[in-house]
Amino acid sequence: MKKKPVNEMRLELDAKSVNESFARYAVSAFICPLDPTVGEVADIRTVVSEAVTNCVVHAYRETEGRIYITVSWDDSRRVKIKIKDKGCGIEDLEQSMQPFWSSDPSGERGGMGFTIMSSFTDKLTVRTAKGKGTTVTMVKKLV
Amino acid sequence: MDKIKCDIKYADGELRVELSGEIDHHTAKGLRERIDTAIFLYRAESVVLGLGGVGFMDSAGLGLILGRYAKVRELGGRLTVADPTPEAEKILRLAGADKLVTIKKREAVK
Repeated sequence: MKKKPVNEMRLELDAKSVNESFARYAVSAFICPLDPTVGEVADIRTVVSEAVTNCVVHAYRETEGRIYITVSWDDSRRVKIKIKDKGCGIEDLEQSMQPFWSSDPSGERGGMGFTIMSSFTDKLTVRTAKGKGTTVTMVKKLV
Repeated sequence: MDKIKCDIKYADGELRVELSGEIDHHTAKGLRERIDTAIFLYRAESVVLGLGGVGFMDSAGLGLILGRYAKVRELGGRLTVADPTPEAEKILRLAGADKLVTIKKREAVK
């Protein structure tokens, strides 16, 4: 049975690379009342950074766009992070989820974004539609 | 405004790049050029990327390290990553980067 969130925040921001650090700081500040461990904060900062970077680089291809972030937690310390864009969508989701696969031919991006998001959280869901956008939802249960 | 510092030194055949701050897609852009300029200028046998002062690193940091690894190797040198935080090391190991580059922890250096 789904638990009702006890606290929720929404954040909407420009898809600019300078906002990658702001997004991860904002989310980690919001979960502070749960008194997470240093490792948990690091994991959450990393996965937010990955998802927001994907919006900037891939969804909007470094042009204009908005990123919509929703973070909530319930009384069992389950933190849910939803990061949504209205960008180009992912052509081949299965391929994008493979470690080391990157759409960037220069090879300067590790191709590890989804692998990191999935291994640093308990659950990763990606919904995408070509030309409409992508929503990444991650759930992490804090100790 | 960039939350990253990059200190480059060359001595006795070793190029040492000491990074401090946060490495993400935003900060990695400028770093790449600075480090590559030094790599191609000195063509050092040993290149050390010091991560002791890096408080945050995501896959952009990983891409930065693996990209430099490829360039250093191309020139016949070897790349060492020094003093990564446990968080940075977690990402390096997840990607198997520890099999390509030598990771030296602080204790092992001194």
